[in-house]
Amino acid sequence: MSAHVATIAPAKPATAHQRRRNYARRYRLFIVPAGIVVAAVIVFPWLFTLFMSVQDFHVGGAMTFVGLANYTRMLSDERFLWAILHTLYFTVLAVIFPTILGVIAAVCFNQRFPLRGLARTIFILPMMATPVAVALVWTMMFHPQLGVLNYLLTSIGLPPSTWVYDSATVIPTLVMVETWQWTPLIMLIVLGGLASLPQDPYEAAALDGASAWQCFIKITLPLVWPFIMVALVLRAVDALKAFDTIFVISGGGPGTSSETLNLYLYQEAFAYYDIGYASAIVVVFFVLILLVTLLLMSRRAKAAAA
Amino acid sequence: MKQSLASRLGLYFSVIVLVSPAILVFLWMLSLSLKNEADNTAFPPVFIPNPPTLANFIDVFERNDFVEYTINSVIVSFGATIAALLVGVPAGYGIAKAKAGGSAALILVARITPGLSYLVPLFLLFQWLNLTGTLLPILITHLVITVPIVVYVMIGFFEGLPGELEEAALVDGATIWQAFRTVALPLARPGIVVATILSFIFSWNNFIFGVVLAGRHTRTLPVAVYNVLTFEQISWGPLAAAALLVTAPVLILTLLMQKEIVAGLTAGGVKGG
Repeated sequence: MSAHVATIAPAKPATAHQRRRNYARRYRLFIVPAGIVVAAVIVFPWLFTLFMSVQDFHVGGAMTFVGLANYTRMLSDERFLWAILHTLYFTVLAVIFPTILGVIAAVCFNQRFPLRGLARTIFILPMMATPVAVALVWTMMFHPQLGVLNYLLTSIGLPPSTWVYDSATVIPTLVMVETWQWTPLIMLIVLGGLASLPQDPYEAAALDGASAWQCFIKITLPLVWPFIMVALVLRAVDALKAFDTIFVISGGGPGTSSETLNLYLYQEAFAYYDIGYASAIVVVFFVLILLVTLLLMSRRAKAAAA
Repeated sequence: MKQSLASRLGLYFSVIVLVSPAILVFLWMLSLSLKNEADNTAFPPVFIPNPPTLANFIDVFERNDFVEYTINSVIVSFGATIAALLVGVPAGYGIAKAKAGGSAALILVARITPGLSYLVPLFLLFQWLNLTGTLLPILITHLVITVPIVVYVMIGFFEGLPGELEEAALVDGATIWQAFRTVALPLARPGIVVATILSFIFSWNNFIFGVVLAGRHTRTLPVAVYNVLTFEQISWGPLAAAALLVTAPVLILTLLMQKEIVAGLTAGGVKGG
């Protein structure tokens, strides 16, 4: 029927602008199915969490509105405050080491050498491997008496380490695993940046007799800096969110000495089933991640402007 | 640029130092899985299995429902990846064409949200819907990982495609749906391959959703290797063998498809969970 009507109606010549707008709107239909999925599994949980964060609710119990009580409770919750400190300590180390090593690795993999492709593939295996599986192998390697790492340390004359069995060494040890696992992602992003660099500045510098080190500091580093910052922001977000390896290797222990926010959150939600409080922690956790991201991005914008 | 022998040697040395930790951990995993228990707990450690034994692998299959967990993992990872492709590839196309920056920003916010924050609400929802005890809740939560990966990779890919061919099709009277299906989609095949691999791997590796939602018979492999093996058998050989079996598909996929994986990761910096 409508097709019939359309044939009688005089065709209205649309301007190019109108037609483009019209197309743009029609393309939005392509987004609808994904939009529904995203609304259900991503946006709904966000809103639900906000709602729950002002309720007192344990699984199986009744729900009562408590206002901001869950939020004020955090201020006097020592375990929560320690979890924030552990998270920040872990994150600072788990950003610095992978970033430095990742940049070095990217510079190396940007050179030509035999078997480069194979070496690069092996280098990225740790980030692709199943985290739980590698975490279990690390746990066996950390064993104080039978672990291979203490054997290697003592065989080169160093004292054995307590690894994850002592509150003083547990977070640096977890950072070591995190560095092993996530340095490749920094390397890949920075390598992508290095591959896009122009050749002219290097030719000019070579004519002026600059050394390789001068070239790196004066040309490469400033040009590739935006890529390093992108990698650093992603690394910081992932370090704040780290869960699998910490959960499997130390479980937040000994005691609660390596309990990060994510692990504490897990305990509150799925061991104590304190959904209201856990939701409030999620909100604070999310704000913390957002703040760190925005802080790093504003530094990146400043660096780009300078 | 000509390089001196010293700097060549320096480069080789650096590469060896960088690559060794990556390969050695996996070799140690392999070594543990191929040794008997006496050798695994010997001190000083036995490095080369002599003679190598497959007893640990046989043990993993005989004493656990390892086949069931593998089937669970395959269903969840394939299901979540296929569902993500069905909704995510058109979405990536739509966002690239309509220049809907807001949708892309939403995906980025999803990227920085901790996985656990999705779990609390979805866990309650599945309880109320009485869906616990089936694979469906796990598959649905995996969409949190796979959909953003697919959408993100596909936006980048479709933005990189020249639009002239589709415009020609539109001028010839094709609908935008036909232009998408017959022109853009075939051109986007490499992008779809990248999105599929990454989404599959990060779904396969996911632990956090399964550890909360899985019951006895709905465990995925990473949950099973943590839950069952660590508690029911503390011996290192079978544990290493199981860990190796869980991660082997991903490692093999990485070795075979390294070009696609590197391209996808470099572009998006994607990571699930």
